[in-house]
Amino acid sequence: MAEQERSRSRGRDEETEEVEDLEVTTEESEADLEELDDLLDEIDSVLEENAEEFVKNYVQKGGE
Amino acid sequence: MALRKVIGTETEYGIAVRADPDFNPALGSAMVVNSYPGPRVRVQWSYEEETPGRDARGFGHEGYGVSDPEGTLVNAVLANGARLYVDHAHPEYSGPETWDPLEAALYDKAGESVMHRAATSATERLGGTRLALYKNNSDGKGNSYGAHENYLLSRATPFGDVIRYAMTFLVTRQLFTGAGKVGSENGRPAVDFQLTQRADFFEEEVGLETTLKRPIVNTRDEPHGDSTKYRRLHVIVGDANLSEVQTFLKLGTTALVLSALEDGALPDPLDLADPVTACWNVSHDLSFRRPLDLDGGGSATALELQWRYYEWLAKYVEKELDEPVWNRVLSEWHSVLNDMETDPALLADRLDWAVKRRLFERYVNRDGLAWSDSKLRALDLQYHDVDPDRGLYHRLAARGDVRRLFTDEEVGHAECAPPERTRAYFRGRCVTDFADSLVAANWDSLVFDLGETHLRRVPMMEPMRGTRDLVGDLLDNVDSASDLIQMLGDQ
Repeated sequence: MAEQERSRSRGRDEETEEVEDLEVTTEESEADLEELDDLLDEIDSVLEENAEEFVKNYVQKGGE
Repeated sequence: MALRKVIGTETEYGIAVRADPDFNPALGSAMVVNSYPGPRVRVQWSYEEETPGRDARGFGHEGYGVSDPEGTLVNAVLANGARLYVDHAHPEYSGPETWDPLEAALYDKAGESVMHRAATSATERLGGTRLALYKNNSDGKGNSYGAHENYLLSRATPFGDVIRYAMTFLVTRQLFTGAGKVGSENGRPAVDFQLTQRADFFEEEVGLETTLKRPIVNTRDEPHGDSTKYRRLHVIVGDANLSEVQTFLKLGTTALVLSALEDGALPDPLDLADPVTACWNVSHDLSFRRPLDLDGGGSATALELQWRYYEWLAKYVEKELDEPVWNRVLSEWHSVLNDMETDPALLADRLDWAVKRRLFERYVNRDGLAWSDSKLRALDLQYHDVDPDRGLYHRLAARGDVRRLFTDEEVGHAECAPPERTRAYFRGRCVTDFADSLVAANWDSLVFDLGETHLRRVPMMEPMRGTRDLVGDLLDNVDSASDLIQMLGDQ
């Protein structure tokens, strides 16, 4: 049940922030985006080379 | 009291050798099975007790039941009680029978570890040419392969009831069972992104097929146990999940519905007017607000219907079930439905589709990529790569961006040791202790070669016997398979 309480209050907090302090929310979401972009950089570093060819050749026949 | 919902999962993995696009997937899959370096025994998988052509609605089906020749040739039983084999052109891990959804999710995750180690070993055998495996269900070109769930039911449960109660649940649970997919397939309306890998491939409400005209409720009547006492519900309308929370939730909620059904604890079901179209629509609706027509008039969203099931099952658990695992299912379920209502982005720490959506949307918004861009499709595949260095899920989980239920140590243990509260315990221990004598296996029997004129078959028709409590001491105290057979005969 702790999980439920936590997620409920999390949703509420975010709504409150949006209403009461737009500037803080914006800064936070910019920080979030920066973190997300770091993640995207990490993903780009391991992404399969030549995506188009990779996708084209991924064919799976037969199963179940 | 409802019959214990013993659970097992089966997953076919996608296979690719990038350096050799023309490689034969059946041979590659055989190499995967044969390369697995962990404890295992290669066996003949006997089909005597398997009847995939028997229909739960009461009729047989000519032409089924013929064993797949590749499947019988390349088969291994693992020390954790699982089966590792080639199913057509895919390596498949069928997890052991487990006692509850948490244990089932753990053994499902252990399957990824099995596949990763097997792929690494196969890559070495190929002289370093990488053989990659993907825990997904679609190639994005109209080909799908399965992730099936199995739940033990009482033979006394009328199958018509199972169909009615399960249908609406299975269609709407896609909200939290989907692994996410860029685009649509199989002639469905075009979408940028959808919740599931599999919904596009379902075309019937009820049926026996698993490879074409796939049905939402599969009627395969093959209990893998005493058919006078048991049924096995074979659920094929689900995605293979990387997220541990999601696998747990998928198995736990479904087991609860079936359990409550057997206990007569569910009110009249809410029937969908058109379950097949609803199946596609739920997967395609990222607003979570699209109403589904109900049989007999009216409509409700998938989320509303899931809340109804949640409320029924919360009452059922409170009244009938006292194991903590069921409250944990309810807690995760409540949290997911709540977040979906409040802000679906909150689910990006635990549902595969939401994890993907967060990443892909950022690429679209930041870099101006079209949703059909090859890069997003490549990422969509790579999310499922079982290699922890390359698989995007694994990288996110390692960073703590996706919540886990198990430690690496727990998963490693589950790869080598069987569950203790089902017959998988006996099977797994025999693989560890008597590998040299074990020659054939099935879910409900093991066959030993003791060097005599006849082989010895040990039937295991009861999924909840062969447990550590029942046979642990016996197995600890015998020195050979001959001793084991003798002791079992004396009991």
